[in-house]
Amino acid sequence: MQIPLDNDLTKRYREQFGVAILDAIEDRKQPYLVVAAAQLAGIARYSRDVEQFDLLEDYTAVDWPRREKRFDLVAILYSFPHNTRLRLKIPLAADETAASLVEIWPTANWLEREIFDMFGISFSGHPDLKRILLPEEWQGHPLRKDYDILQQDTAWVRENLGIESGQ
Amino acid sequence: MQDDAAQNQTLLGADELVLNMGPQHPSTHGVLRVKLKLDGERVRGTECVIGYLHRGVEKIAENRTYQQFAPYVDRMDYVAAVSNGLGYCEAVEKLLNVEAPPRAKVIRTIMTELQRIASHLIWLGTHALDIGALTPLFYCLREREEILKIFEKYCGARLTTHAFRIGGLQYEAYDSFEKDVERFCKDFERRIQEYVDLLTGNSIWIGRTRNVGVLSAEDCIALGASGPVLRASGVKWDLRRAQPYAAYDQYKFEIPVGTKGDTYDRYMVRMEEMRQSRLICLQAIENIPAGPIIGKVGKVLKPPAGEIYHSIEAPKGILGYYIVSDGTTQPYRVRIRPPSFINLQALDKMARGHLVADVVAIIGTLDIVLGEVDR
Repeated sequence: MQIPLDNDLTKRYREQFGVAILDAIEDRKQPYLVVAAAQLAGIARYSRDVEQFDLLEDYTAVDWPRREKRFDLVAILYSFPHNTRLRLKIPLAADETAASLVEIWPTANWLEREIFDMFGISFSGHPDLKRILLPEEWQGHPLRKDYDILQQDTAWVRENLGIESGQ
Repeated sequence: MQDDAAQNQTLLGADELVLNMGPQHPSTHGVLRVKLKLDGERVRGTECVIGYLHRGVEKIAENRTYQQFAPYVDRMDYVAAVSNGLGYCEAVEKLLNVEAPPRAKVIRTIMTELQRIASHLIWLGTHALDIGALTPLFYCLREREEILKIFEKYCGARLTTHAFRIGGLQYEAYDSFEKDVERFCKDFERRIQEYVDLLTGNSIWIGRTRNVGVLSAEDCIALGASGPVLRASGVKWDLRRAQPYAAYDQYKFEIPVGTKGDTYDRYMVRMEEMRQSRLICLQAIENIPAGPIIGKVGKVLKPPAGEIYHSIEAPKGILGYYIVSDGTTQPYRVRIRPPSFINLQALDKMARGHLVADVVAIIGTLDIVLGEVDR
């Protein structure tokens, strides 16, 4: 279902960023660009200012543990003037930090905190990078594939809730 | 405890106070904790602490089949379960490359619009209750009761309905479905007028909501706020019109817009949205196409490897599903883009400079459901 993409949009990105655009694919009629993490801030700024993707609709990550670059950061952009969406996928190694997009799209603030909470990916330049859904002292990043479905931070639970948990 | 005090020392000026609007509070619409930094009664800053209702829904999705996961999505925005189900079923249908038959699409549209009215009724009742108007709550719940009766007759459940299936519907519309919806819609216009009489021109209501929590259009888009919050700030945009799904392209409806982006405008936008939903329902029941209610979908769903992003206009805002499939019967990753979570980020910007009582009005006007914020 994935076919290589080479429309005008892709050409403009390639012209602007060259080899930082690692791949351009269309899957089930939805386009996405795979971009290098080093150029993320520049590409994001270009997307907002020139290509008019003014809404960061969603920002999340996917864990592919067997790949060399373990994580895929996925940003879903929407343009109000053009009424189109674009996905940006940024492969990231396990210990790599990504540039924060808060300066470009303020909505990224909590979205990046959630990615940090669930995956352990750090963002440089984020004003307040701490856990958002889980308690601050929780150990472990649940949405990673090596975190079992029934796993809990039993030490935290014992200390803070006073119960022996962990089915 | 000592750590908190030490932290507070660095935050506090000589006249500042940190007040905790705790997770247990009648007006936070769930378990939401807001730390208010106050200067007297003026809010200088807020910090939301969420996660009290985090159930790990996205992690669970990786351990269930596509059909098994469908009931879980109802429980996120539990006030508008049918919308959540619609978004999820349509996303998986796109992943599988199947389309629901026309009859299913129309019935889905009717159910979703009824659910939008029900969700806005809860919003109106609780928002008015927080501000101090006790009466609208009872009237709103009375109307909502009629809608929940229709849901119960259709799929057996009032709140967490699991109304739709991947590929279409499981249940045929019951015999008096059109009559029930028509009777509800005919009655509803008069009822909306009752709420308008109670609140719209009420000087106390206007005093509590005018110029409270103003959010400009640029701020809305920058912060990602969507749904009625975005429309009240002047952006005439609705996903049902911009990228129609289900059967929305067949019906005529207006998109209400506000001008100032304050609480009063959001109130007016949602009231008008209820009227428009009613009109969509009336148009839809006139002509529900005959035919099958479910498309060609097997018992075992194995979408080819790949991914999809699909979003709908839920009552709270843009509800998106990003699903990655690895070719097996269980999704590899399901990400839910929660409108309430992203709208709640705007709380800080909206509450600065207002009084503590206004914070309650602002949380109410954002229309958040903690089940969706925390998932």
